[in-house]
Amino acid sequence: MFEPVLTRNIHRPYSEKITTYLEHGGYNAVRKAFAGTPEEIIDMVKRSGLRGRGGAGFPAGTKWGFMPKDQDIPKIVAVNTDEGEPGTFKDREIVERDPHQIIEGVIIAAYAIGAGRAYVYIRGEFFLGVKRWIKAIADAYEHGFLGKNILGSGMNLDMSVHRGAGAYICGEETAMLESLEGKRGNPRLKPPYPAQVGLFGLPTLVHNIETLACIPHIIERGPEWFAGIGTEESKGPKIFSVSGHVNRPGNYELPLGISLREIIDEHAGGVRDGKRLKAVIPGGASTPILPANRVDVPMAFETLNAAGSQLGTGAVIVMDETTCMVEIARRLAKFFAHESCGRCTPCRIGSVRLYELLDRIEHGKGKPGDIETILETANGIDGLTFCPMGAALANPARSAIEHFREEFEFHIEHKGCLVKAVYSS
Amino acid sequence: MDNPVQHEVEAHPPGIEDHEERARLLAALYIAQEQYGWLSPEAIQRVADRLHISAGKVQSTASFYTMFRLEPGGKYHIQVCEGVSCYLAGGAEPLINHVSKRLKIKPGETTPDGKFSLEVVECLATCGSGPAIRINDETYEYVTVEKIDELLDGLGK
Ligand SMILES: Cc1cc2nc3c(=O)[nH]c(=O)nc-3n(C[C@H](O)[C@H](O)[C@H](O)COP(=O)(O)O)c2cc1C
Ligand code: SF4
Ligand code: FES
Repeated sequence: MFEPVLTRNIHRPYSEKITTYLEHGGYNAVRKAFAGTPEEIIDMVKRSGLRGRGGAGFPAGTKWGFMPKDQDIPKIVAVNTDEGEPGTFKDREIVERDPHQIIEGVIIAAYAIGAGRAYVYIRGEFFLGVKRWIKAIADAYEHGFLGKNILGSGMNLDMSVHRGAGAYICGEETAMLESLEGKRGNPRLKPPYPAQVGLFGLPTLVHNIETLACIPHIIERGPEWFAGIGTEESKGPKIFSVSGHVNRPGNYELPLGISLREIIDEHAGGVRDGKRLKAVIPGGASTPILPANRVDVPMAFETLNAAGSQLGTGAVIVMDETTCMVEIARRLAKFFAHESCGRCTPCRIGSVRLYELLDRIEHGKGKPGDIETILETANGIDGLTFCPMGAALANPARSAIEHFREEFEFHIEHKGCLVKAVYSS
Repeated sequence: MDNPVQHEVEAHPPGIEDHEERARLLAALYIAQEQYGWLSPEAIQRVADRLHISAGKVQSTASFYTMFRLEPGGKYHIQVCEGVSCYLAGGAEPLINHVSKRLKIKPGETTPDGKFSLEVVECLATCGSGPAIRINDETYEYVTVEKIDELLDGLGK
């Protein structure tokens, strides 16, 4: 039986309080980290194999190693709580229910890279999350975990919370930095990467909060323990948000490498109403759709890539046999068309074009050749944009056509829905 | 200190003073929106004066973010999620159409008495307990047509 790590406290009463966190061993890892050198901490994170949980899966220790070593340059930790990818609701839960775990991770990261300042960026709509962040930070100051000379170590760290105001793209790390600077959230060109030129021009370490929440545990229990969980290239525990047509939607913390089928059938209670599984989006709205015959895949970065999708944020969206895949592609295309920041033409124009094509097919107005036009449009976006949103928005339509082309053809030819025709009779 | 705006305004640290004012813009827009109910041209100008940024820049930044209202909205701002998970849970159009019919407004509009406005939004990160809607600062989970009726009855409509 897998013992929850990141969510081990969230079902306790008042789990968000510092007293609860301290009662269960909280902030011990900070003391332990201070006993080692910053280089030793970076080395531990490298050895743990931890990869970012914000979607891209970049190795955390490697990113820490990119931060300039020069002690005279002020450095920053930027904490990404912008969670906005449809299907994903893990970050909201951990920040509302166990914010101190994340703060502890931030302190250790700041110690390792020599940062004196941490900025939290949080989605504007997370009203409770904002309150929990602010209270937790205030309590951490009061207990001497933030501020000057933390626990007598000589280290100083200030931390504050800043709200976004409704823009999915601000979750992209450079757009988040622009937004933190009080600007429109347009992504920046990389390189330079935030580790060189980040917030206010200073070297900045950006992490998702689930990544940061892993840090205290790696320090406490050791990198070997962490690396002992998971697969060859994907280590540690992961929170999977499961939604859609299952009996028990919710967040499930499980080891990376667990099979997608096991998550759906055992943890989430199987497909609702005894229906058959049709398709799954395994990693949030921007990852390619997988048909039911591919769900025996282990949930890990490398295995999902091999299966034709991505781990993304680990948000599993389950669809049963009554789901129209044209409608799913249309809905996702609408989301991306709405959220394109408009900076580059392929994404700005292409996302709207994709949506219009899918919308007309869904509504029985599709024309022969539309499927090819969709694929051409999607291929004309992917790889040609300023930020990874371009690739993200091409995924749903392309994968839906790849696996369920006959539904698109039926919609165009018969001006109606194949799935509806089958299931409403 | 539970007030996010106060927290943000006080949060700008020493050492980066050059950037400090600009970085306060989103917090300042929240304050102005709270005071004026929406970001009227007058509110935009006040923010611009306070932070020594041109009103055009303030306007352009505000318009990037959907939570900043550049037009007056209703006293009760109703947001219905049309994200894929809420759709699969039976939400989105059935709920949007119901609210629309009951209030006789389309998404993006406000009732003539200024009491209600309706907006269709993407994912509220409540996907595991959808369908989700939000009325002002409150999120409601497992929403049905009946539950919406109950909520709106309670708000006097
Ligand atoms: C369009 C887009 C949206 C993103 N949204 C988020 C988000 O909401 N939260 C997040 O942590 N990362 C998000 N990311 C990933 C970030 O750019 C970045 O990779 C991440 O915050 C780094 O943290 P990690 O290494 O801990 O994963 C997004 C990326 C893209 C391209
Ligand atoms: S790819 Fe899209 S979201 Fe990213 S910078 Fe270009 S227009 Fe903006
Ligand atoms: S899709 Fe509606 S809350 Fe996420």
